Amino acid sequence: MKFNACRAVLVLSGLVAAGATHAQGTAAEGIAKYREMLQDGNPAELFEMKGEELWKQKRGPKNVSLEQCDLGKGPGVIKGAFVELPKFFADTGRVQDLETRLITCMETLQGFKGEDIAKTPFGRGEMANVTALATYVATASKGMRFNLSQSHPQEKMMFATGKQLFFTRGGTHDFSCASCHGSDDKRIRLQDLPNLTKNPGDGIGFAAWPAYRVSNAQMWGMQLRLNDCFRQMRWPEPKFGSDATIALSVYMGVNAKSAESIVPAIKR
Amino acid sequence: MTKIFSLALLPVAAVLLSGCTSAPSPADVNKATADMLKGSFQARGIATLDRLNQDQANAECAAADATGKPLDAKMTQAIEEASMKTVKWPSDGKFIGDWKEGEKIAQSGRGLTWTDTATTENGGNCYNCHQISKEEISFGTLGPSLYNYGKLRGVSDPSSAGGKAIVEYTWGKLWNARAYNACSQMPRVGHMGILNQKQIQDVMALLLDPASPVNK
Repeated sequence: MKFNACRAVLVLSGLVAAGATHAQGTAAEGIAKYREMLQDGNPAELFEMKGEELWKQKRGPKNVSLEQCDLGKGPGVIKGAFVELPKFFADTGRVQDLETRLITCMETLQGFKGEDIAKTPFGRGEMANVTALATYVATASKGMRFNLSQSHPQEKMMFATGKQLFFTRGGTHDFSCASCHGSDDKRIRLQDLPNLTKNPGDGIGFAAWPAYRVSNAQMWGMQLRLNDCFRQMRWPEPKFGSDATIALSVYMGVNAKSAESIVPAIKR
Repeated sequence: MTKIFSLALLPVAAVLLSGCTSAPSPADVNKATADMLKGSFQARGIATLDRLNQDQANAECAAADATGKPLDAKMTQAIEEASMKTVKWPSDGKFIGDWKEGEKIAQSGRGLTWTDTATTENGGNCYNCHQISKEEISFGTLGPSLYNYGKLRGVSDPSSAGGKAIVEYTWGKLWNARAYNACSQMPRVGHMGILNQKQIQDVMALLLDPASPVNK
């Protein structure tokens, strides 16, 4: 099913671009055009609205809203929070991304069990709510530019380990993140691949998630984006919110300094 | 914070206590990354944790990639020689199979992920990275174009003495690409059991059979 939808999009983008000159340009232009066509009714907005409702609603064992959640810019401040994440939080003593920080708030403010949420499969139960909340919070920084802190020692260590992990080869195919995202102007099949070892630019790579994926009609946060990268790399599964996922996010986020966030994005 | 999150942090925290202040030392980063690899992943389906065990070539090549410093000549030679020893030549002496089957294998991106099963027939994922036949426009550019692979290398008859060197090189490259390029990005197709002997024979035909569309 998923595969067929992908194929359809590839064929469509091929058709759209049939007139242009070289293959690289045609693929990128075709997909950009396709995205533009869909932009008018980006279903990500539904997730954003759901996230806003969840943010304001009194929920959980303590029947409290998330409106006092501190995402790094003080309780309740969401604008600008996303483009500074992941960052170090003194109360938890660790570097957190948006999704793990939201779970912290759901635990401390609302009384949910964070451990249980982290174990819930993507798209189900409270994990689906985390994705909607992440979409809402991230969208509040739409158009803003990434500016992650590197002042705390743990933030520096996360960047350094994230970089090392990015180049680590493993799995049955010896793939690392760098296999696909380590140089300029590469594609896998017809899909353009951003070079994430340097600043990939506005709205690309780290600056394009959370995004709505048309091919499987799902909203994907960065945790799920990374999870599926590792699946395709034939690695074991990264645990939700694990140090590896945070470290990679720090590496990509710091590299993306000054890039504009286009969240919520739409992907084929 | 929950147990899962705070426990996951311990290795990094321990390293930080030992060598704080400015930029972390390479030794600390190595240790923290190794600990992170151990603690951050879980087995799922056929994707078991042993897939993260690093062999020396993977470790050396990753370090070279991360630092931008290529391997020294001695290490390069050592990896290539060790890799060459792993190449298993066709047990029935046949290098060339059926190019039509080879095309199907090159097209297929299936197999070996945690959503596949042990009985899933693995594909070669070849088009993900390479242009191969001219008819397929959805190809990747992570590897070089293989269009006209045999023709460009002057193989008009893969069973002839003149074609032998290229035929053997191609087999070796598919079996374990590191035999010729220590830090090749190409999966070790035979060595890692991605494709079996019969499938490799078919992919060989796709690349080298003069009747294959690749060489038209």
